[in-house]
Amino acid sequence: MRPETRAAYGFLSPWVIGFLGLTLGPVIATFVMSFSDYDVLSSTQWVGAENYRDALDDPHAHAALKNTFFYTALYVPLSIGIALGLALLLQSAGRLKGVFRTVIYLPVVTPPVATGVLFLQLLNGQTGLINNVLGTFALPTPNWTTDPMWIKPGIVIMSLWSVGSVTLILFAALAEVPAHLREAALVDGAGAWRRFYHITLPMISPAIFFSVVVNTIASLQLFSEVYTMYFGATTTPPPEEALFYVVYLFEQAFRDFEMGYAAALSWLLFLIIMAITAVQLVVSRRLVHYRSD
Amino acid sequence: MRARSLRVLGCVAAISLATAACGGVGDDTAGGDGSEVSFGGETTGGDGKAGGSDNEINVTGSMTTLGFSVEDEIAKARVAEVKQAYPDLDLKVTSGAFDEQQFLSAVAAGKPPSAVYLPRSELGTYAAKGALLPLDDCIEAQGIDMSLYRESAVSQVTYDGQIYGIPEFNSVRLVLANSNALQDAGLSPDDIDVSDWDGVMAASKQLYQTGGSGIQRIGFDPKIPEFFPLWVAAAGGELVSEDGQTAYLDSPEAVEALTYTVSLVDANGGWSDFKTFRDTWDFFGDNNQFVADQLGAFPMEDWYLDVLADVSPNAPVTAMPFKDREGNLLTYATGQAWSVPKGSNNPTAACAFAATMTSTDAWMAAAEASKADRKKSGGAYLGTWTANKEADERIFAEVYEPSGIESLDQAVKVLQSLQDSAIVDPPSPAAAEVKKAWEDAVLRALQGDQSPEEALQQAQKEATEAIADAQ
Repeated sequence: MRPETRAAYGFLSPWVIGFLGLTLGPVIATFVMSFSDYDVLSSTQWVGAENYRDALDDPHAHAALKNTFFYTALYVPLSIGIALGLALLLQSAGRLKGVFRTVIYLPVVTPPVATGVLFLQLLNGQTGLINNVLGTFALPTPNWTTDPMWIKPGIVIMSLWSVGSVTLILFAALAEVPAHLREAALVDGAGAWRRFYHITLPMISPAIFFSVVVNTIASLQLFSEVYTMYFGATTTPPPEEALFYVVYLFEQAFRDFEMGYAAALSWLLFLIIMAITAVQLVVSRRLVHYRSD
Repeated sequence: MRARSLRVLGCVAAISLATAACGGVGDDTAGGDGSEVSFGGETTGGDGKAGGSDNEINVTGSMTTLGFSVEDEIAKARVAEVKQAYPDLDLKVTSGAFDEQQFLSAVAAGKPPSAVYLPRSELGTYAAKGALLPLDDCIEAQGIDMSLYRESAVSQVTYDGQIYGIPEFNSVRLVLANSNALQDAGLSPDDIDVSDWDGVMAASKQLYQTGGSGIQRIGFDPKIPEFFPLWVAAAGGELVSEDGQTAYLDSPEAVEALTYTVSLVDANGGWSDFKTFRDTWDFFGDNNQFVADQLGAFPMEDWYLDVLADVSPNAPVTAMPFKDREGNLLTYATGQAWSVPKGSNNPTAACAFAATMTSTDAWMAAAEASKADRKKSGGAYLGTWTANKEADERIFAEVYEPSGIESLDQAVKVLQSLQDSAIVDPPSPAAAEVKKAWEDAVLRALQGDQSPEEALQQAQKEATEAIADAQ
């Protein structure tokens, strides 16, 4: 075995050991559980595919999935676009690059629960900072947290708070774009936009694709911030617009103790993620440029 | 390219599996069998007096609790009573609020706490699931006189004819009005008589104020969804039958109550603006909605008086009783209870502990300690409200003294008048699901997604199915 291969296995081993030792068992258990009726206290009963059939007929699961897709479709392109814009700005930040990089990444380390609580205040329709800013520019100031139409966009705004991690990935990718390619294009008379569109964008397309895949998966699994905002210690029941798929799955498991049903929901989510990722892979063949050097 | 794609897909599959999967494996080996449980009474040791029994009960060994914290003087004084009564008992109180997942997982694993402190409204569900032991033998062994406890509280801990919990605190609702706002609007407290729904609506409209940034003052907040059962009772109905087995969520009384309370919210700006404004209140601070003149009146839990006493004792508050439409006093009570889980390692100690913690002597010691603590911190002592009638009578006869703050002293009198007029959530095998059904229905009606009738019809269907599934 080559030293590089040994090193690769060495670096991979912590994750592999963790996955085999801590995750694989529960994964297999949930798969078995998804074919059973299990409420923690009573004995488990085999119900075949009933949980999966129930999920397909469950209007709350449909609503949760619809909300999750809406959020993902809005958040992923917005987060990539904003992250790319910030990464380009960072690139031209000169000596202060390091400071700005830290500032942009800082929100990512904020605990999700704190983020949820913070944004309940920031998004308040009457006194929140976001509406104060919008109002200054005579823009509409919706009730982000109480108007059903604006709840999901409000959650997207909250999620954009942690766009720093994607920004850093794209910033690193931008740094890898060979300068001679841009210089050659400049000599050939290409403007800034053409250099960005025909050289920079293709060169960083693998990083963008990676970010799209990872962000899509994370969006489909959104939980902590939304749960804190709408499902935590509150006397008002959460609006259906805030019911995301993993929140519904969690409530089925740990509020209603429908463990078998929740396990089926988790496996359905897994299949959905796999299908979406497969589509993204197929589409990426046309759009992603891998360097051959 | 294909190989790379497959590798990436494989990695994604692994990551997704690791993150999408949820839940863990339990087993059905919950230990203990109610039929073999002894709550003591046959051996010697301990004085057993705190529980009211003349028997000598051997309370030794170790015991643990779940859902209870020894953080305030009321808890500390009562735990001290237990330790004094049973010096040979090794008591471990696990701090923290009741956690359903933690509790059921512990029961399923056969390692439950010896005693559990839980909301009375949820007790029926756990009794129906077989997670709790009936306490009739415990009550007999400890000589607990259940007639001393408030009827509404006892009914809440009684499931299928057996008692599963010893009631503890008792919290009731009253109406709190903003005296300054009433005066400004040319109204008197009599204009907020909740037995007159038209009158309350008219007063609410007079008290309601808007300004540049939206609502500036809510006239009357009906506090729905959480107090919806109170409004239904005021209309002469009930959401669930006394035995908890039948839902009446779409009864004419429930529809009437929902229609009226939604109209109150609509008259105060509609749900979206109403809640947005309410979320801006400094509810627990010294610039709360009474001080900041942001509210006309609302029904509220009694504990909020302690908050006001702490942060703004001179807030312009007038307390009034809630009433039904006939003008009778009415309130909605909630509280906790001590229960013994199936598989408890020391049911004798757990029973003795529950009896002592809720005994009149323990409550008296707690009230004295709380009063002293409030005096030390400069706050007003507004009494200690329990489900033990005898304890309450003695506390208000022997410990409580008016604070000298007129609004708070008047509120205490209102609370005393309401204690025996309480409705409670009956012990249901599907309490959480039934509550969620009517809460969601109220929200749909508030948001205008459905009419009150449609919303409650859907809720009725959901609740009926949940109760059937739980049996």
